[in-house]
Amino acid sequence: MDTIINMDDFLFRALAAGLAVAAVTGPLGAFVVWRRMAFFGDALAHSGLLGIALGLLLHINPFIGVAIVTLCVAIVLVLLRRKRELAADTILGILSHGTLALGLVAVSFMPGVRVDLMGFLFGDILAVGTTDLIWIYAVGSVVIASLLVFWRPLLAVTVHEDLAAVEGVPVQRVELLFMLLMAVVVAAAMKVVGIVLVAAMLVIPAAAARRFSRSAEQMAILAGVIGAVAVCGGLGSSWILDTPAGPSIVVAALLLFGLSSASSVLKAPR
Amino acid sequence: MNHVRNVAAGALVEVAGLEVRAKNRVLVTGIELSVMAGEIVSIIGPNGAGKTTLIRAVLGLAPPTSGSVRLRAGARIGYVPQRLVLNPNLPLTTRRFVGLSGTFQKGRRKAVLEEVGIAHVADSSIHDLSGGEFQRALLARALLRDPDLLVLDEPAQAVDITGQSELYALIERIRNERGCGVLMVSHDLHLVMSATDKVICINGHMCCAGHPDAVSQHPEYVALFGSEAARSLALYHHNHDHTHDVDGHVHDEHDHHAHDHTGHGHEHHGHDHKHG
Repeated sequence: MDTIINMDDFLFRALAAGLAVAAVTGPLGAFVVWRRMAFFGDALAHSGLLGIALGLLLHINPFIGVAIVTLCVAIVLVLLRRKRELAADTILGILSHGTLALGLVAVSFMPGVRVDLMGFLFGDILAVGTTDLIWIYAVGSVVIASLLVFWRPLLAVTVHEDLAAVEGVPVQRVELLFMLLMAVVVAAAMKVVGIVLVAAMLVIPAAAARRFSRSAEQMAILAGVIGAVAVCGGLGSSWILDTPAGPSIVVAALLLFGLSSASSVLKAPR
Repeated sequence: MNHVRNVAAGALVEVAGLEVRAKNRVLVTGIELSVMAGEIVSIIGPNGAGKTTLIRAVLGLAPPTSGSVRLRAGARIGYVPQRLVLNPNLPLTTRRFVGLSGTFQKGRRKAVLEEVGIAHVADSSIHDLSGGEFQRALLARALLRDPDLLVLDEPAQAVDITGQSELYALIERIRNERGCGVLMVSHDLHLVMSATDKVICINGHMCCAGHPDAVSQHPEYVALFGSEAARSLALYHHNHDHTHDVDGHVHDEHDHHAHDHTGHGHEHHGHDHKHG
């Protein structure tokens, strides 16, 4: 390990960032799968570019810009869905692609700033700096701590909102907490796999974990582990085969999902 | 919200002049009802009559646009919702699902699972339960809160015919043993009529309310459900062979009959008397 750290500091930072992101996208992704919110996560991630533009405009850390914008989009989505005037998938389609286009246009207007668009869209994990790492670990620990503290109410609301409400769970506050967690995790994960592929890190490890889990907790933890293995695999392939790191991580996760599906097909008696 | 916690002595919940609107549509209006401790009150009515809306108002989930829903101070509610569909991607054992409403003393979960008769599936996946077992799991979850009032929305849905009468018998036994009030929605007229103290028939508004016998003869009830339903009840009524006390109550025989005859729309509680 020592030699790797000395020789390739950037690889160590990439691995550290990737593992931290996997540790939060795993459990949170389990909730995304349980709540059937895969496209919701996608829409949030797509609005991230608008957040980067906001960050550049206001000269604040892009993390904060992205978290603010994604949280706003999350709240708008929830409010629009509650009005029930349009189907949920239509609303998601409008906001997901609308905000992405808006972000692309906004970034192109940034005067005198050369924006690494590809880095934002597909991730730039090998360029993770020390500040990024600090942000990712700060966000990661807050997310894990929140999940631990609010696990039961989060799970109860996920299983059945009305039942949870009658049982005294403050449903709206729990919902808001979940949106907040989604927003900061999307912001943290963007650096690793990019806006376009953030939703993959939420959904694929959790889906792969389902087959082997007997409880919600097992599935959440296993999703984190599978995500971590995918990060190692993706970075390894990027190092050896010189493939783009972010997409390689998602491909590795996809392979793990394929393996989990295959193993369940082989195991099933019917 | 008008979900006031203050109520007349004896009643667990009192609904007065309740109206609930969604946008510009009136879902229910002019609803009056109360549930006493130890009483089973059934809400019947055709599809779209606002039965679930009424239940949701009682639970504080649908705020009244006028009128009031008053709960006895400190009354705990156990709720069995309608048509609960769980996402199969969320792995949960029955034991875990039942205990999801809070943290409980050791052995409590086991005790309620035994009370509703599904202790044998405690460690099975909740997704593998049959319709009847799942409804019992929901009931166990409600009972775990040690409720003063049980609110059940179509508890026998997705349960086969024998299972339905068993489930209603179980609800009645729970009432007898725990002395809690029960407010339930149903469309199984016959089963409901046989195991209930008070029936409230609604169709957006109150059609009629009172003792099952009185309701089954009421013109609005007959208009809603057809004279066939009323006649079949009356038929059982006149063919019955047991005796009543002064009140028309046959509590002792009731349990026994619930097992023997439920599913026939048999009516045991008082008959040709007037009830207030």
